[in-house]
Amino acid sequence: MNDNPLIALAGYFALLSLFAVGGANAAIPEMHRISVEVMQWMTDRQFADSFAIAQVSPGPNIIIVTLIGYHVAGLAGAAVATAAMCGPTCVLAFLVARTWDRFKEARWRIAIQSGLVPVSLGLIAASAFVLARSADHTVVAAIITAVTALVGFATRINPLWIFAVGGLFGLSGWL
Amino acid sequence: MIVEQKHWMTADEFNEAFALSQFLPGPNVVNFSVVFGSRFGGAPGAAVALAGLMGPPLLIVTILAILYARCGDIEMLSRILAGITAAATGLLISVVAKMAAPLFRKRWNWAPFIAIAAFVGVAIMQWPLPWVFVMLAPVSVALAWVKR
Repeated sequence: MNDNPLIALAGYFALLSLFAVGGANAAIPEMHRISVEVMQWMTDRQFADSFAIAQVSPGPNIIIVTLIGYHVAGLAGAAVATAAMCGPTCVLAFLVARTWDRFKEARWRIAIQSGLVPVSLGLIAASAFVLARSADHTVVAAIITAVTALVGFATRINPLWIFAVGGLFGLSGWL
Repeated sequence: MIVEQKHWMTADEFNEAFALSQFLPGPNVVNFSVVFGSRFGGAPGAAVALAGLMGPPLLIVTILAILYARCGDIEMLSRILAGITAAATGLLISVVAKMAAPLFRKRWNWAPFIAIAAFVGVAIMQWPLPWVFVMLAPVSVALAWVKR
């Protein structure tokens, strides 16, 4: 890609937005691959930090692209990355919304809808894997991840409490 | 709120719009705001709903980005963030488990194989997501088509 980081941000995120079935959580591995490995915009740690900040901020988790964009090219980068990630898929959503109802019972529609579920499941699992590799360098961190997974599976607790506890453990310096 | 307080949509319409935004690529909530907004006011409605959803969070996260750029090196902050990432990763695993449970329960079902292939391609082989998608999505949709 071009040397201009804004063009690279726009190109990568616009493309990614069209393939990330399952939303922000499905897009994490590709964002990580591009930002940390291909373009080397940020370190593994900085990527994990951006993920954490996006999780605790209000609003959609996809807002991680705003953080990556800002890290790469300041306010312009934040704006370009956000627009690239939301633009194409918004246009698609707008177009599809108008015709979708008509095909409510259509066989192809049901096939597409149920066919994409396992793909997005695999992608989200890959996100968890990529994040665990960045986050769980210590035994305590791995235990926090494991316990959170169990608590998240068994209860419907507000995630902010879980993040607060995780943050406190981090602060304690055991990680 | 959309259904119960404002009566902007019936529960069925809401579920329908939600299912649609789940399956579309890209951020689900963002898609939902566009689908929802366009039902009311066409393109302007979609734009207004999107701006309402994204505006305040964008402002907050931009401030956080600036703070992180200035203070990201502070040891205390990076410890807290490391703890949050570890917890958030666990939550993501629980999401995966919840999604996977119904797919893996049926016997002789193709869905787990597609999910595992997507996982291996992206997480282990580290292939670009668009490639993995283009390889797997058509197969998965075709299998779903045949099965019915």
